[in-house]
Amino acid sequence: MTATAEELLPATRNALSLLLLAMADDEFVIGFSDSEWTGIAPLLEEDVAMSSLAQDELGHAQALYRLLAELVDDGRDADAIAFDRPPEGYYHARLLDHPRGDWANTIGRRFLYDTADSIRLEALAAGSWGPLAELVEKIRREERYHLLHVGAWLERLAAAPGEPRRRLLEALERMAPDAATVLSPLPDEASLVLAGIVDATSDELEGRWRAKIRPAFERLDLPMPPAATDPGSSRTHHSDAFRWLHGEFTAVRRLDREAPW
Amino acid sequence: MIESVDEAAVRAALGEVPDPEIPVVSVVDLGMVEAVDVTDRSIRVELLPTFVGCPAVDLIRDAVAARLESFGRPVEVDVSFRVPWKSDRITRAGRDKLRRSGFAPPAADAADVRCPYCASDRVALDNLFGPTQCRSLYYCRTCRQPFEQFKAV
Repeated sequence: MTATAEELLPATRNALSLLLLAMADDEFVIGFSDSEWTGIAPLLEEDVAMSSLAQDELGHAQALYRLLAELVDDGRDADAIAFDRPPEGYYHARLLDHPRGDWANTIGRRFLYDTADSIRLEALAAGSWGPLAELVEKIRREERYHLLHVGAWLERLAAAPGEPRRRLLEALERMAPDAATVLSPLPDEASLVLAGIVDATSDELEGRWRAKIRPAFERLDLPMPPAATDPGSSRTHHSDAFRWLHGEFTAVRRLDREAPW
Repeated sequence: MIESVDEAAVRAALGEVPDPEIPVVSVVDLGMVEAVDVTDRSIRVELLPTFVGCPAVDLIRDAVAARLESFGRPVEVDVSFRVPWKSDRITRAGRDKLRRSGFAPPAADAADVRCPYCASDRVALDNLFGPTQCRSLYYCRTCRQPFEQFKAV
Protein backbone atom coordinates (compact mmCIF):
# COMPACT_ATOMS: atom_id res chain seq x y z
CA MET A 1 0.00 0.00 0.00
CA THR A 2 1.57 3.25 -1.10
CA ALA A 3 1.29 6.35 1.02
CA THR A 4 0.78 9.57 -0.91
CA ALA A 5 3.29 12.32 -0.22
CA GLU A 6 0.75 14.01 2.11
CA GLU A 7 0.21 10.85 4.14
CA LEU A 8 3.87 10.38 5.04
CA LEU A 9 4.81 11.35 8.59
CA PRO A 10 6.84 14.59 8.66
CA ALA A 11 10.01 12.83 9.84
CA THR A 12 9.64 10.17 7.14
CA ARG A 13 8.99 12.76 4.51
CA ASN A 14 12.04 14.72 5.53
CA ALA A 15 14.24 11.60 5.52
CA LEU A 16 12.83 10.60 2.13
CA SER A 17 13.62 14.00 0.67
CA LEU A 18 17.24 13.69 1.86
CA LEU A 19 17.50 10.19 0.39
CA LEU A 20 16.15 11.42 -2.97
CA LEU A 21 18.53 14.39 -2.91
CA ALA A 22 21.49 12.14 -2.09
CA MET A 23 20.65 9.69 -4.89
CA ALA A 24 19.90 12.41 -7.44
CA ASP A 25 23.05 14.39 -6.64
CA ASP A 26 25.17 11.21 -6.80
CA GLU A 27 23.87 10.38 -10.28
CA PHE A 28 24.08 14.00 -11.40
CA VAL A 29 27.68 14.53 -10.27
CA ILE A 30 29.07 11.23 -11.56
CA GLY A 31 27.17 11.78 -14.81
CA PHE A 32 28.70 15.20 -15.36
CA SER A 33 32.13 14.11 -14.17
CA ASP A 34 32.27 11.09 -16.50
CA SER A 35 30.83 13.07 -19.42
CA GLU A 36 34.17 14.86 -19.47
CA TRP A 37 35.53 11.81 -21.29
CA THR A 38 33.43 12.67 -24.33
CA GLY A 39 35.92 13.24 -27.12
CA ILE A 40 39.03 12.21 -25.17
CA ALA A 41 38.46 8.64 -23.89
CA PRO A 42 41.34 6.21 -24.49
CA LEU A 43 39.36 4.28 -27.11
CA LEU A 44 36.64 5.40 -29.50
CA GLU A 45 34.36 2.69 -28.06
CA GLU A 46 34.85 4.17 -24.60
CA ASP A 47 34.11 7.64 -25.88
CA VAL A 48 30.71 6.32 -26.95
CA ALA A 49 30.26 4.23 -23.80
CA MET A 50 31.10 6.98 -21.29
CA SER A 51 28.89 9.46 -23.14
CA SER A 52 25.98 7.01 -23.08
CA LEU A 53 26.58 6.10 -19.43
CA ALA A 54 26.65 9.78 -18.51
CA GLN A 55 23.40 10.32 -20.40
CA ASP A 56 21.79 7.46 -18.44
CA GLU A 57 22.98 8.92 -15.12
CA LEU A 58 21.74 12.43 -15.92
CA GLY A 59 18.39 10.92 -16.93
CA HIS A 60 18.18 9.08 -13.61
CA ALA A 61 19.12 12.29 -11.77
CA GLN A 62 16.43 14.25 -13.62
CA ALA A 63 13.73 11.69 -12.77
CA LEU A 64 14.83 11.68 -9.10
CA TYR A 65 14.87 15.50 -8.94
CA ARG A 66 11.32 15.47 -10.35
CA LEU A 67 10.15 13.13 -7.59
CA LEU A 68 11.90 15.34 -5.05
CA ALA A 69 10.29 18.50 -6.46
CA GLU A 70 6.83 16.90 -6.11
CA LEU A 71 7.55 15.67 -2.61
CA VAL A 72 9.03 18.91 -1.27
CA ASP A 73 6.59 21.10 -3.23
CA ASP A 74 8.36 24.36 -2.40
CA GLY A 75 7.98 26.00 -5.80
CA ARG A 76 11.26 24.72 -7.22
CA ASP A 77 11.16 22.45 -10.28
CA ALA A 78 13.72 19.76 -11.12
CA ASP A 79 15.95 22.26 -12.97
CA ALA A 80 15.97 24.70 -10.05
CA ILE A 81 16.98 21.94 -7.65
CA ALA A 82 19.61 20.58 -10.02
CA PHE A 83 21.29 23.83 -11.01
CA ASP A 84 20.47 26.70 -8.64
CA ARG A 85 22.31 25.63 -5.51
CA PRO A 86 25.76 26.85 -4.47
CA PRO A 87 28.40 24.09 -4.38
CA GLU A 88 28.01 23.74 -0.59
CA GLY A 89 24.33 22.88 -1.07
CA TYR A 90 25.02 19.66 -2.99
CA TYR A 91 24.56 16.38 -1.17
CA HIS A 92 26.53 13.81 -3.19
CA ALA A 93 28.90 11.32 -1.57
CA ARG A 94 32.49 12.43 -1.05
CA LEU A 95 33.67 9.62 -3.34
CA LEU A 96 32.26 11.72 -6.19
CA ASP A 97 34.16 14.80 -5.05
CA HIS A 98 37.36 13.37 -6.48
CA PRO A 99 38.26 14.71 -9.91
CA ARG A 100 37.74 12.42 -12.89
CA GLY A 101 41.50 11.78 -12.89
CA ASP A 102 43.00 9.25 -15.27
CA TRP A 103 41.18 6.28 -16.81
CA ALA A 104 42.12 3.98 -13.91
CA ASN A 105 40.68 6.50 -11.46
CA THR A 106 37.46 6.75 -13.45
CA ILE A 107 37.08 2.97 -13.65
CA GLY A 108 37.99 2.41 -9.99
CA ARG A 109 35.52 5.04 -8.87
CA ARG A 110 32.77 3.82 -11.18
CA PHE A 111 33.21 0.31 -9.83
CA LEU A 112 32.96 1.48 -6.22
CA TYR A 113 30.02 3.74 -7.02
CA ASP A 114 28.03 1.44 -9.32
CA THR A 115 28.27 -1.51 -6.95
CA ALA A 116 27.21 0.60 -3.93
CA ASP A 117 24.42 2.21 -5.95
CA SER A 118 23.14 -1.20 -7.06
CA ILE A 119 22.90 -2.29 -3.40
CA ARG A 120 20.99 0.88 -2.58
CA LEU A 121 18.61 0.40 -5.54
CA GLU A 122 18.02 -3.23 -4.59
CA ALA A 123 17.05 -2.13 -1.08
CA LEU A 124 14.49 0.32 -2.49
CA ALA A 125 13.00 -1.81 -5.25
CA ALA A 126 10.32 -3.45 -3.12
CA GLY A 127 9.79 -0.31 -1.04
CA SER A 128 6.44 0.98 0.11
CA TRP A 129 6.59 4.39 -1.55
CA GLY A 130 5.31 3.60 -5.03
CA PRO A 131 6.75 6.49 -7.06
CA LEU A 132 10.30 5.68 -5.95
CA ALA A 133 9.96 1.89 -6.12
CA GLU A 134 8.61 2.14 -9.70
CA LEU A 135 11.41 4.42 -10.84
CA VAL A 136 14.04 2.25 -9.16
CA GLU A 137 12.70 -0.85 -10.89
CA LYS A 138 13.25 0.90 -14.22
CA ILE A 139 16.67 2.35 -13.32
CA ARG A 140 17.99 -1.05 -12.24
CA ARG A 141 17.39 -2.45 -15.72
CA GLU A 142 19.73 0.22 -17.13
CA GLU A 143 22.34 0.01 -14.38
CA ARG A 144 22.84 -3.67 -15.21
CA TYR A 145 24.73 -2.53 -18.32
CA HIS A 146 26.86 -0.14 -16.28
CA LEU A 147 27.91 -2.97 -13.96
CA LEU A 148 28.81 -5.25 -16.88
CA HIS A 149 30.87 -2.50 -18.46
CA VAL A 150 32.79 -1.39 -15.38
CA GLY A 151 33.30 -4.95 -14.12
CA ALA A 152 35.01 -5.89 -17.39
CA TRP A 153 37.24 -2.82 -17.20
CA LEU A 154 38.22 -3.36 -13.57
CA GLU A 155 39.26 -6.88 -14.48
CA ARG A 156 41.21 -5.68 -17.50
CA LEU A 157 43.17 -3.03 -15.58
CA ALA A 158 43.76 -5.16 -12.48
CA ALA A 159 44.99 -8.15 -14.46
CA ALA A 160 47.33 -6.17 -16.72
CA PRO A 161 50.83 -6.12 -15.29
CA GLY A 162 52.76 -2.87 -15.11
CA GLU A 163 51.24 0.54 -15.56
CA PRO A 164 47.49 -0.26 -15.74
CA ARG A 165 47.52 -2.23 -12.48
CA ARG A 166 49.82 0.29 -10.79
CA ARG A 167 47.55 3.17 -11.73
CA LEU A 168 44.44 1.29 -10.57
CA LEU A 169 46.05 0.55 -7.19
CA GLU A 170 47.08 4.19 -6.82
CA ALA A 171 43.55 5.33 -7.64
CA LEU A 172 41.96 2.92 -5.15
CA GLU A 173 44.40 4.05 -2.48
CA ARG A 174 43.66 7.72 -3.17
CA MET A 175 39.91 7.14 -2.92
CA ALA A 176 40.06 4.63 -0.04
CA PRO A 177 38.97 7.01 2.79
CA ASP A 178 35.89 7.94 0.73
CA ALA A 179 35.17 4.61 -0.98
CA ALA A 180 32.31 3.66 1.36
CA THR A 181 30.68 7.10 1.56
CA VAL A 182 27.87 6.30 -0.90
CA LEU A 183 26.30 4.14 1.82
CA SER A 184 27.10 6.36 4.84
CA PRO A 185 24.07 6.80 7.13
CA LEU A 186 21.56 9.51 6.24
CA PRO A 187 19.73 11.63 8.86
CA ASP A 188 16.57 9.97 10.24
CA GLU A 189 17.04 6.94 8.00
CA ALA A 190 15.46 4.70 10.67
CA SER A 191 12.10 6.27 9.77
CA LEU A 192 12.53 5.07 6.17
CA VAL A 193 13.13 1.51 7.36
CA LEU A 194 10.13 1.76 9.69
CA ALA A 195 7.92 2.98 6.83
CA GLY A 196 9.15 0.16 4.61
CA ILE A 197 10.56 2.55 2.00
CA VAL A 198 14.01 0.95 2.24
CA ASP A 199 14.55 -2.57 3.56
CA ALA A 200 17.63 -1.97 5.75
CA THR A 201 19.78 0.66 7.45
CA SER A 202 22.96 1.97 5.86
CA ASP A 203 25.14 -0.21 8.10
CA GLU A 204 23.48 -3.29 6.73
CA LEU A 205 23.65 -2.01 3.16
CA GLU A 206 27.37 -1.40 3.56
CA GLY A 207 27.73 -5.01 4.72
CA ARG A 208 25.87 -6.20 1.62
CA TRP A 209 28.08 -4.03 -0.56
CA ARG A 210 31.26 -5.46 0.92
CA ALA A 211 29.94 -8.98 0.41
CA LYS A 212 29.17 -8.09 -3.20
CA ILE A 213 32.59 -6.69 -4.12
CA ARG A 214 34.76 -9.02 -2.01
CA PRO A 215 34.90 -11.91 -4.52
CA ALA A 216 36.16 -9.63 -7.32
CA PHE A 217 38.63 -7.82 -5.04
CA GLU A 218 40.02 -11.11 -3.72
CA ARG A 219 40.27 -12.69 -7.14
CA LEU A 220 42.06 -9.63 -8.55
CA ASP A 221 44.16 -9.20 -5.39
CA LEU A 222 42.96 -5.65 -4.74
CA PRO A 223 42.78 -4.17 -1.20
CA MET A 224 39.23 -4.03 0.18
CA PRO A 225 38.18 -0.42 0.95
CA PRO A 226 38.36 0.57 4.62
CA ALA A 227 35.44 2.10 6.54
CA ALA A 228 34.71 5.69 5.53
CA THR A 229 36.74 8.36 7.30
CA ASP A 230 34.43 10.77 9.11
CA PRO A 231 31.15 9.28 7.80
CA GLY A 232 29.15 12.08 9.46
CA SER A 233 30.35 14.52 6.82
CA SER A 234 30.21 12.12 3.87
CA ARG A 235 27.87 14.40 1.92
CA THR A 236 29.03 17.86 2.98
CA HIS A 237 32.30 19.84 2.84
CA HIS A 238 32.96 19.48 -0.88
CA SER A 239 36.31 19.71 -2.65
CA ASP A 240 37.83 22.30 -4.95
CA ALA A 241 37.54 19.75 -7.76
CA PHE A 242 33.78 19.70 -7.23
CA ARG A 243 33.60 23.50 -7.08
CA TRP A 244 35.29 23.57 -10.49
CA LEU A 245 32.86 20.96 -11.88
CA HIS A 246 29.93 22.94 -10.45
CA GLY A 247 31.12 25.98 -12.38
CA GLU A 248 31.13 23.88 -15.54
CA PHE A 249 27.73 22.23 -15.18
CA THR A 250 25.94 25.42 -14.16
CA ALA A 251 27.42 27.45 -17.03
CA VAL A 252 24.52 26.97 -19.45
CA ARG A 253 21.92 27.60 -16.77
CA ARG A 254 23.64 30.88 -15.86
CA LEU A 255 23.58 31.95 -19.53
CA ASP A 256 19.99 30.91 -20.22
CA ARG A 257 17.57 29.92 -17.46
CA GLU A 258 15.05 28.57 -19.99
CA ALA A 259 17.43 26.10 -21.67
CA PRO A 260 15.93 22.58 -21.50
CA TRP A 261 17.93 19.41 -20.60
CA MET B 1 -15.38 17.00 -39.50
CA ILE B 2 -14.45 15.36 -36.21
CA GLU B 3 -13.26 11.73 -36.30
CA SER B 4 -15.44 9.29 -34.35
CA VAL B 5 -13.50 8.17 -31.33
CA ASP B 6 -13.09 5.03 -29.31
CA GLU B 7 -10.06 3.29 -27.85
CA ALA B 8 -9.38 1.32 -31.03
CA ALA B 9 -9.43 4.51 -33.13
CA VAL B 10 -6.99 6.18 -30.73
CA ARG B 11 -4.66 3.18 -30.77
CA ALA B 12 -4.78 3.10 -34.57
CA ALA B 13 -3.85 6.79 -34.64
CA LEU B 14 -0.98 6.17 -32.22
CA GLY B 15 0.28 3.53 -34.64
CA GLU B 16 1.06 6.45 -36.96
CA VAL B 17 3.28 8.25 -34.44
CA PRO B 18 6.90 7.35 -35.26
CA ASP B 19 9.74 7.01 -32.79
CA PRO B 20 11.91 10.09 -33.49
CA GLU B 21 15.17 8.13 -33.27
CA ILE B 22 14.06 5.06 -35.30
CA PRO B 23 11.15 6.40 -37.36
CA VAL B 24 10.43 3.06 -38.99
CA VAL B 25 8.74 1.92 -35.76
CA SER B 26 5.79 3.60 -34.06
CA VAL B 27 5.17 4.11 -30.37
CA VAL B 28 2.71 1.20 -30.61
CA ASP B 29 5.32 -1.07 -32.25
CA LEU B 30 7.68 -0.26 -29.39
CA GLY B 31 5.07 -1.14 -26.78
CA MET B 32 5.23 2.32 -25.23
CA VAL B 33 1.45 2.73 -24.98
CA GLU B 34 0.36 1.33 -21.62
CA ALA B 35 -3.17 2.74 -21.41
CA VAL B 36 -5.73 4.61 -23.49
CA ASP B 37 -8.80 6.02 -21.73
CA VAL B 38 -11.47 7.61 -23.87
CA THR B 39 -14.36 9.41 -22.18
CA ASP B 40 -17.01 11.75 -23.56
CA ARG B 41 -14.88 14.67 -22.51
CA SER B 42 -11.27 13.67 -22.94
CA ILE B 43 -8.65 11.26 -24.20
CA ARG B 44 -5.90 10.15 -21.84
CA VAL B 45 -2.84 8.23 -23.00
CA GLU B 46 -0.22 6.72 -20.69
CA LEU B 47 3.21 6.26 -22.27
CA LEU B 48 6.12 4.28 -20.83
CA PRO B 49 9.57 5.64 -21.75
CA THR B 50 11.96 3.02 -23.10
CA PHE B 51 14.82 4.55 -21.06
CA VAL B 52 14.52 6.82 -18.00
CA GLY B 53 16.58 9.60 -19.53
CA CYS B 54 15.41 9.18 -23.12
CA PRO B 55 15.77 12.67 -24.60
CA ALA B 56 13.09 11.90 -27.22
CA VAL B 57 10.30 11.59 -24.64
CA ASP B 58 9.16 15.21 -24.91
CA LEU B 59 9.12 15.00 -28.71
CA ILE B 60 7.06 11.81 -28.52
CA ARG B 61 4.62 13.31 -26.04
CA ASP B 62 4.10 16.35 -28.29
CA ALA B 63 3.74 14.17 -31.41
CA VAL B 64 1.13 12.00 -29.68
CA ALA B 65 -0.83 15.05 -28.54
CA ALA B 66 -0.66 16.57 -32.02
CA ARG B 67 -1.85 13.36 -33.73
CA LEU B 68 -4.84 13.02 -31.39
CA GLU B 69 -5.93 16.65 -31.78
CA SER B 70 -8.22 15.77 -34.70
CA PHE B 71 -10.48 13.76 -32.37
CA GLY B 72 -11.69 17.11 -31.11
CA ARG B 73 -11.50 16.67 -27.37
CA PRO B 74 -8.88 17.53 -24.77
CA VAL B 75 -5.90 15.17 -24.83
CA GLU B 76 -3.78 14.33 -21.81
CA VAL B 77 -0.50 12.47 -22.36
CA ASP B 78 1.13 11.10 -19.22
CA VAL B 79 4.65 9.70 -19.18
CA SER B 80 4.98 7.23 -16.34
CA PHE B 81 7.15 4.57 -14.76
CA ARG B 82 4.10 2.89 -13.17
CA VAL B 83 4.97 -0.19 -15.18
CA PRO B 84 8.59 -0.61 -16.27
CA TRP B 85 9.00 -0.63 -20.03
CA LYS B 86 10.76 -3.88 -20.99
CA SER B 87 12.16 -4.72 -24.35
CA ASP B 88 9.80 -7.69 -24.69
CA ARG B 89 7.00 -5.13 -25.07
CA ILE B 90 8.18 -4.53 -28.65
CA THR B 91 5.56 -6.18 -30.86
CA ARG B 92 6.28 -8.88 -33.43
CA ALA B 93 5.58 -6.34 -36.17
CA GLY B 94 7.95 -3.92 -34.42
CA ARG B 95 10.72 -6.53 -34.30
CA ASP B 96 10.28 -7.24 -38.01
CA LYS B 97 10.42 -3.55 -38.87
CA LEU B 98 13.57 -3.09 -36.77
CA ARG B 99 15.26 -6.02 -38.52
CA ARG B 100 14.31 -4.75 -41.98
CA SER B 101 15.93 -1.41 -41.23
CA GLY B 102 19.18 -2.91 -39.97
CA PHE B 103 18.58 -3.13 -36.21
CA ALA B 104 18.76 -6.44 -34.40
CA PRO B 105 15.76 -6.64 -32.07
CA PRO B 106 16.42 -7.21 -28.35
CA ALA B 107 17.36 -10.74 -27.35
CA ALA B 108 16.91 -11.92 -23.76
CA ASP B 109 20.02 -14.08 -24.18
CA ALA B 110 23.06 -12.43 -25.83
CA ALA B 111 23.75 -15.75 -27.60
CA ASP B 112 20.53 -15.23 -29.57
CA VAL B 113 21.60 -12.00 -31.29
CA ARG B 114 21.49 -12.45 -35.07
CA CYS B 115 22.74 -10.20 -37.84
CA PRO B 116 19.72 -8.27 -39.16
CA TYR B 117 21.17 -8.39 -42.70
CA CYS B 118 22.16 -12.06 -43.16
CA ALA B 119 20.71 -13.73 -40.02
CA SER B 120 24.15 -15.14 -39.14
CA ASP B 121 24.89 -15.97 -35.50
CA ARG B 122 28.59 -15.27 -36.02
CA VAL B 123 28.33 -11.84 -34.45
CA ALA B 124 30.61 -10.01 -32.03
CA LEU B 125 29.62 -7.42 -29.44
CA ASP B 126 31.73 -4.31 -30.09
CA ASN B 127 30.23 -2.04 -27.47
CA LEU B 128 27.41 -2.41 -24.93
CA PHE B 129 26.75 1.28 -25.57
CA GLY B 130 25.84 2.94 -28.84
CA PRO B 131 24.74 6.21 -30.42
CA THR B 132 21.58 6.37 -28.29
CA GLN B 133 20.82 4.98 -24.84
CA CYS B 134 18.77 2.09 -26.23
CA ARG B 135 21.35 0.59 -28.60
CA SER B 136 24.46 -1.61 -28.50
CA LEU B 137 27.01 -2.04 -31.30
CA TYR B 138 27.74 -5.36 -33.00
CA TYR B 139 29.77 -6.66 -35.93
CA CYS B 140 28.73 -9.53 -38.20
CA ARG B 141 31.69 -11.76 -39.05
CA THR B 142 29.77 -13.45 -41.87
CA CYS B 143 28.63 -10.50 -43.99
CA ARG B 144 31.14 -8.09 -42.40
CA GLN B 145 28.59 -5.48 -41.54
CA PRO B 146 28.53 -3.47 -38.37
CA PHE B 147 24.99 -3.24 -36.97
CA GLU B 148 23.13 -1.96 -33.95
CA GLN B 149 21.02 -3.91 -31.54
CA PHE B 150 18.11 -2.55 -29.53
CA LYS B 151 19.28 -3.27 -25.95
CA ALA B 152 17.42 -5.85 -23.92
CA VAL B 153 16.22 -4.20 -20.69
